[in-house]
Amino acid sequence: MDTLPKSAASTKRKRFLPLRKKKKFNPYGFSGKTSVVMHILLGSFAFLCVFPFIYVIIISLSSEQSLSLHGYRIIPEEWSLEAYMYLWQVRSQIFRAYGVTLFVTIVGTILSVSVIALYAYAISRKQFLYRKQFTFIAFFTMLFSGGMVPFYIVMTQFLGLKNSIWALILPMTVNAFYIIIMRTFFQRSVPEAVLESARIDGAGEFRIFLKIVLPLSIPGIATIALFNTLAYWNDWFNALLFIDNPSLVPLQSLLMRIENNLDFIRQNAMLSSQNGSILASIPQDSARMAMVVIATLPIALSYPFFQKYFVRGLTIGSVKE
Amino acid sequence: MQRLKKFGRNIYDNRIWLLMILPGFVWLIVMKYLPMVGQVMAFKDFRFHPDGFFASVYHSEWVGLDNFKFLFSTNDAYLITRNTVLYNLVFIILGLILAVGVAIILSELTKQKLAKIYQTGMLFPHFLSWVVVSYFVFAFLSVDRGLFNSVLEMFNIEPVSWYNESAYWPYFLIAISQWKGVGFGSIVYLAAIVGIDRTYYEAAMIDGATKWQQIWRITIPMIMPLIIILTILNIGSIFSADFGLFYQVPRDSGPLYSVTNVIDTYVYRGLMSMGDIGMSTAAGLYQATVGFLLILLTNYIVRKIDKDSALF
Repeated sequence: MDTLPKSAASTKRKRFLPLRKKKKFNPYGFSGKTSVVMHILLGSFAFLCVFPFIYVIIISLSSEQSLSLHGYRIIPEEWSLEAYMYLWQVRSQIFRAYGVTLFVTIVGTILSVSVIALYAYAISRKQFLYRKQFTFIAFFTMLFSGGMVPFYIVMTQFLGLKNSIWALILPMTVNAFYIIIMRTFFQRSVPEAVLESARIDGAGEFRIFLKIVLPLSIPGIATIALFNTLAYWNDWFNALLFIDNPSLVPLQSLLMRIENNLDFIRQNAMLSSQNGSILASIPQDSARMAMVVIATLPIALSYPFFQKYFVRGLTIGSVKE
Repeated sequence: MQRLKKFGRNIYDNRIWLLMILPGFVWLIVMKYLPMVGQVMAFKDFRFHPDGFFASVYHSEWVGLDNFKFLFSTNDAYLITRNTVLYNLVFIILGLILAVGVAIILSELTKQKLAKIYQTGMLFPHFLSWVVVSYFVFAFLSVDRGLFNSVLEMFNIEPVSWYNESAYWPYFLIAISQWKGVGFGSIVYLAAIVGIDRTYYEAAMIDGATKWQQIWRITIPMIMPLIIILTILNIGSIFSADFGLFYQVPRDSGPLYSVTNVIDTYVYRGLMSMGDIGMSTAAGLYQATVGFLLILLTNYIVRKIDKDSALF
């Protein structure tokens, strides 16, 4: 007797609830036709964003002969691995450049994250008397810059970093924008009460930073690390300004230097024994595109995995307090 | 004396924080503020001095505004300013419309799985360097092998020497910059839209509002503060161009300079190929100062209209 009205009431309630599934963000999106048009619009733009990379992969896998006869075809006359085989034969310069890029990316990211996190943490804490002044010192560099020429002269003359690996690392170590983002992140995600109790237990500020603040801020730190990793991996500008020495050329800069011909890659390769056969048939175009693929592949492969963190991180801290 | 003592005490009390600041502070001073001081070279005839940076700056002769006079006496100053500002204006306006548009569409798609895939695709170009992008562009625009000329050939149209024809490049550069930037630009807006309380939309639907009306009356007003902040930031950098886009993508091709030379590339070429340090610095100082004033001005205007939306 008791159960019947109850169930009737529940079905009644169900009917009046809006028809939406849990977790689904938007049940009321575009209707029929509009939806199809929008899918086509965005789908084709998304494809356009990826297509050039696929196209370059195809070119790198085409035989040089079919390239010279028919140009860059979407479906080549003849597939071939000769470009990659050629690059393997001249690999020393490529490995060298890979090494430089890896070193710069790893050391640069670690250094950068440490410096930025420390600075941002200090200006995020109310106990720090001069936090306003130091926030301004960082913020002002976003508004006014010293310009390229004075920067170049400071780097080469004052710091003496021409043709030094540090010229690839130091210019990108600190970024005021990241400092401000991290500051906001620390303010929001590290409650003062937790720190206070740690202080009462007698922990020093550095200890608190390492043992409590850092673990609480991993999402923020990871975002900054990701941004930095990308910036270092993709950097060619500092190499353009400061590096002449072929053994310090990073990957992106190597790509730039082979833009017109492959000589740069060849200069370190030892071809003396077989130079006749190889030099006669250098797959110029496909080898260059193969270099692009080699330099981009790590990002393209890892990108779907870190994209989530990237998107989340971008929305972590807004500039305003 | 009392004051000095207090100051010393404050420093001592804050020593831990100051120690944390130190590495970043030193970096900011050397890499950002020292170059700002170095801007005085714009008023000097720069000569390298063997004793290093300060000696070079100190011993160079004052020439007053000569570097600026020389810079503005050529046609270059007008050309690079025009290019930089016009391109950036288009980038800001078009970028805003496309990024907000894409974000709104993404948020309204009912198949969120597909939306995720689209977003992944659109974000991809952001992760590529300009060098790689320049190779991509070359695959399309190469005179004898590129896709564009192959297509033209199919229709029996004369192939175009793309890297020598400046008429097409404004469109190319705008398209390439949007291609690379839209996916990235839409992320922040998308996050803001997803954060809007859904009950607004439910209420609007009960009142019979169409999708279009919901977008104009709810979504856009709700993300307006964000639009304003990001646009102020963009207007502040209207005088600084993306070096990679204008230097790398056109492959530093001379015939294209009239439409690809911007302040940044001009300064770079002045420094590296002509070695004219005084004039390059002058161009850089001109760029930094106008950019600074612009950011103050836009912020001031926004402050007058809506205090909460202002950046500072």
